[in-house]
Amino acid sequence: MPNTFTKIASVSVGVLGSSSLSFTSIPSTYTDLCIKLSGRSANVSNFDNPRLTINSSTSTFTRREIYAENGSAGSEVASDRLIGVVPAFNATSNTFGSLDFYLPNYTSANYKSYSVDSVTENNSSTQAMWLLAGLWSTTSAITDIAISLQSAGNFVQYSTATLYGIKNS
Amino acid sequence: MTTAIEVNCATGEVTERPLTTEELAQREADAQAHAAAEHEKEVAATAAAEAKAALLVKLGITADEAKLLLA
Repeated sequence: MPNTFTKIASVSVGVLGSSSLSFTSIPSTYTDLCIKLSGRSANVSNFDNPRLTINSSTSTFTRREIYAENGSAGSEVASDRLIGVVPAFNATSNTFGSLDFYLPNYTSANYKSYSVDSVTENNSSTQAMWLLAGLWSTTSAITDIAISLQSAGNFVQYSTATLYGIKNS
Repeated sequence: MTTAIEVNCATGEVTERPLTTEELAQREADAQAHAAAEHEKEVAATAAAEAKAALLVKLGITADEAKLLLA
């Protein structure tokens, strides 16, 4: 049972925005990884979808999630790298979404599963929230994780991602 | 200029760099896929709404009456 959270690194977006937030050379000394993202997209929409890249790989990802978007609820299965939602340009100014990403056993030689919960913030009925389970069907140990946006837009200034390592003892 | 921010977890060094040619190409492909997916969602939602409206007309009931039947 994981019982420690240690901050490994944090990255914050500057005034120019950034299309990708990356953690490289992740040490193998932990059991699980967790990323806490406070993010907002510059894309002209109500919300946007953060997207995962692991070890520079963009393939062998699958996910299943339940969601609520704009007052409707549903579920979805897809073979892509989306990991949730963040508010975007049309959402209430200066609001940021919360996304919690957890990936156990990141150094194992098995396929890597992960879970995410995320929610946007907006003073409107145009909201989104996702609960997601995903799988990266690759046996390599994870050393690099990057988060970009489905719209190919930028994360705005003050978006922040923090990577934590969790040990099982 | 589109940039990526990287933090090297071993050294703590933070680097902001322009996207590589491959990353730009991937970004463009992702943007196109995103636009296509959004369009597909809109088309599906419109088709579902139209089918629902047509069925209500065929049944000769309102949406509220249909809710009563399903309650």
